[in-house]
Amino acid sequence: MKVGVVTFPGSNCDDDAVAAVAAVGAVPVRLWHKAHDLQGADAIVLPGGFSYGDYLRAGAIARFAPIMREVIAFAERGGPVIGICNGFQILCEAQLLPGALLRNDSLQFRSETVALRVETTATRFTARYAPGQVLRIPIAHGDGRYTADAGTLAALEGDGRVVFRYVRPDGTRDDAAATPNGAMHAIAGIVNTAGNVLGMMPHPERALDAALGSADGLPLFEGLFATVSA
Amino acid sequence: MTATAVQPRPGDPAITPALVAEHGLTPDEYDRLVAMLGRTPTFTELGVVSAMWSEHCSYKHSRPQLRTLPTEAPWVLQGPGENAGVIAVGDGLAVAFKIESHNHPSAVEPYQGAATGVGGILRDVFTMGARPIALLNSLRFGSLDSPRNRWLFANVVKGIGDYGNCVGVPTVGGEIVFDPAYDGNPLVNAMCVGLLREDELIRAVAQGVGNPIIAVGARTGRDGIHGASFASEDLSDENEAKRPRVQVGDPFTEKLLLEASLELIRSGHIVAIQDMGAAGLTSSSAEMASRGDVGVVIDTTKVPVREPGMTPYETLLSESQERMLVVAKRGHESDVRAILEKWDLLAEVIGEVIAEPVYRVMEGDRVVAEFPGTALVTNCPTYTPPAAESPAIAALRQRDVHAVPERPEEADPAWTLRTLLATPTIASKAWAYRQYDSTVRASTMVGPGSDAAVVRLPGTTRAIALCVDCNGRYVYLEPRTGAQIAVAEAARNVACSGAVPKAITNNLNFGNPKKPETFHQLVEAVRGMGEACRVLETPVTGGNVSLYNESPAGAVYPTPTVGMVGLVDDLAHVTRSTFPAAGHTIVLLGDCTDELGGSEYLNTIHGLVAGAPPRVDLAGEKRLIGALHAAITAGRVASAHDVSDGGLLVAVAECCIGDRERPVGAELELGAFDALPARAVRFGEAQGRVVVATAQPDAVLETARAHGVPARVIGRTTSDDALVISDHGRTWRVGLAALADAFHDAIPTRMTRPATAGAEA
Repeated sequence: MKVGVVTFPGSNCDDDAVAAVAAVGAVPVRLWHKAHDLQGADAIVLPGGFSYGDYLRAGAIARFAPIMREVIAFAERGGPVIGICNGFQILCEAQLLPGALLRNDSLQFRSETVALRVETTATRFTARYAPGQVLRIPIAHGDGRYTADAGTLAALEGDGRVVFRYVRPDGTRDDAAATPNGAMHAIAGIVNTAGNVLGMMPHPERALDAALGSADGLPLFEGLFATVSA
Repeated sequence: MTATAVQPRPGDPAITPALVAEHGLTPDEYDRLVAMLGRTPTFTELGVVSAMWSEHCSYKHSRPQLRTLPTEAPWVLQGPGENAGVIAVGDGLAVAFKIESHNHPSAVEPYQGAATGVGGILRDVFTMGARPIALLNSLRFGSLDSPRNRWLFANVVKGIGDYGNCVGVPTVGGEIVFDPAYDGNPLVNAMCVGLLREDELIRAVAQGVGNPIIAVGARTGRDGIHGASFASEDLSDENEAKRPRVQVGDPFTEKLLLEASLELIRSGHIVAIQDMGAAGLTSSSAEMASRGDVGVVIDTTKVPVREPGMTPYETLLSESQERMLVVAKRGHESDVRAILEKWDLLAEVIGEVIAEPVYRVMEGDRVVAEFPGTALVTNCPTYTPPAAESPAIAALRQRDVHAVPERPEEADPAWTLRTLLATPTIASKAWAYRQYDSTVRASTMVGPGSDAAVVRLPGTTRAIALCVDCNGRYVYLEPRTGAQIAVAEAARNVACSGAVPKAITNNLNFGNPKKPETFHQLVEAVRGMGEACRVLETPVTGGNVSLYNESPAGAVYPTPTVGMVGLVDDLAHVTRSTFPAAGHTIVLLGDCTDELGGSEYLNTIHGLVAGAPPRVDLAGEKRLIGALHAAITAGRVASAHDVSDGGLLVAVAECCIGDRERPVGAELELGAFDALPARAVRFGEAQGRVVVATAQPDAVLETARAHGVPARVIGRTTSDDALVISDHGRTWRVGLAALADAFHDAIPTRMTRPATAGAEA
């Protein structure tokens, strides 16, 4: 199985995503932003970073990169796509996912390990987790406040498309205290209606090894690998 | 072409004594320049020399001192004189590292000053062929009670974060000190560490007659002109007007430049590469030529510029950021251009290496500057001005601080402990470092807030431990001892994390060297640093000197910051500073002695900076590091934390509540030290001490004995929610929540108050 990892100018988690893909036994394929070909990738990762310097608005320019035409077509055909951090912002700008990621309510960049609750295991990305499992995953972003209109939020919640939520370490909700960025409904990650496109602000690719603090990101990449190879 | 071909450009100002003085050259230095050229310099040449002979570029007051430092060890691959030092770390891998100051720009424009400081140190490391894998910073501000200092602190932190976060290099550690001595002249020192294979090491040495010189990266604009000179004078009230001398950073371009440069270095198409940092195109081209002992010719009309009408003077001295100068192999120009184009960056041939021993600048057909041989770099005078200790500081040191009466509140030692933990210099710095991406590159094993950061070396079972340290108050009171302690503490910090200390980079932040009391501090501090580095076998591989750190209020504390790199042989040896669990025995390695001088206790509780700093036994420190290493590698150490600012009880409290989510209680039995004054045991800063938690106390004690290190069981960790202490016939307790609130809330609480650029709100 081949997983394409896109490098935009300013991507800085592409190496980490490549390592995560390799860690679960898949073959990472580096995809250059100017390319027009996904090189037969079975899944795509849009990694974190500051594509195009986050100038204009995070993800706003990357969405027009040549490779994105292929990524969008791939997603619309049902191909699995994960956008992490800046990748999530790009997916929202590309309208593969609803809503937007605004400046953190603290107006500061936030880098820390947060507690995330797995809200659904009915996606290919979270099938390897237990329902309600609490994960420890690092975040590192300045624009992570998930925002959407009431109708979108209701649809996300109603369809079970909120995949990860910021919670207290014991797994209980306390949106004011547990959300590091002011995200609506404490949303950390969502999927599209078809369930093949995941966007999340936290960095599962930085949580692959207990020696670095957490291996809770590993099942996400394993889940991706399992469904695509099946 | 000969030197006589140099003509003033139309419109150049006449060279007058006033213009010479404005360029910071002394009459003697000007005479030296005229003798070197055999004629009157042009305006362009005067500008070039002004930058090259500035303190910042020439190290003219520090070079004779720096020569006394030890720089060699079998593991040192590159010592001082290059863009960064390099040491071997095994498996054919090496790390390049360096620290550099951006004090003056940050005093005037803290956000851009700090950001471009990070940018510059990143470039110094990746021009060695190393991929940056970690950033640290050492920061000094005045008291957070002032709105301007809060503004400086907030914006320096934001500048550091925005730059490093965007480039994608984790900021893994650092230190922040708040003291009125830094009012008006904050210190911003940034350190970068990069990883390379030994065979990828590239040096910035111009070679090969006919090889093209290529400007790479961003365009050259009018920003930062004379930044190097600005960094070489005292700060004054007129500095607000010098804001245009501060460069503006673009971390996005830096990220592209980083990737393009590494690709370029590994492509084999180039022979040398150097950052256009301080004094820009001038110093990068002159230094590369000097190292290669070759001539160069540069045409300023070929340099890609941001705006039309720039003079050669401006083009040569611009400090526009995110630019590199490359010496390529002749015939490989299009290959170089292709790599830069891939990253959407410019590459223009602007000159070439020539056989004639001359540094020549053309503006089209016209020679606008020409210097013989490598004189521009090598002919700068050095100075060893008079040095004499300030009698006022000597008197402070000699003061009997044990005679200082206790405050009434000190009857409750818990009050004193909480007060010290809430002192911003000691308190948690999470307010700052949670704005720094510390986990990108997925290799950070221990991030900010521990004694040292630990970063795994990908593809190996090894890691490096990194820290920056200096206690400026100690150096102020006794420069030689203070600098020895800076090295010893840094070595202890990396040893606590499981590493063997390997080498240092230093950032010497001092006042005006023309003042005898300041030069005395510099001479003595460098002497002490050298002594400590010899005993601890941590040579100096490079660094930076920042002088003239003075505001109208006076000089900063002399602050010779040490950036230490240690090597962890096995990831299993990585050790943290906080107590991991209840049920461990607490062992103190080293001994409590009667020290109070220069302590944070005197400073915070009594508002007193006095007494001699604690004595330091360098051989004893070496034995301590050996004992600690032996105990850690034998798997006997659950946590290790060095005792520094605030003394033993602050160190133990930090072990208990450093991790706020997982506090661990402790009971201490300190009766064995009852012969000493209580406050010296509790809060004195005797050196050479480490607090260790262990499940095998007998083995740890035996290891210490075998290494000749005093050691004693002083308590145990508990599941109680308090720190309980028995000394001087009484037992007192302080709740962990109260300690945690003091430690963790001190800075956030202060930072909720307004921060403004104005001196007072």
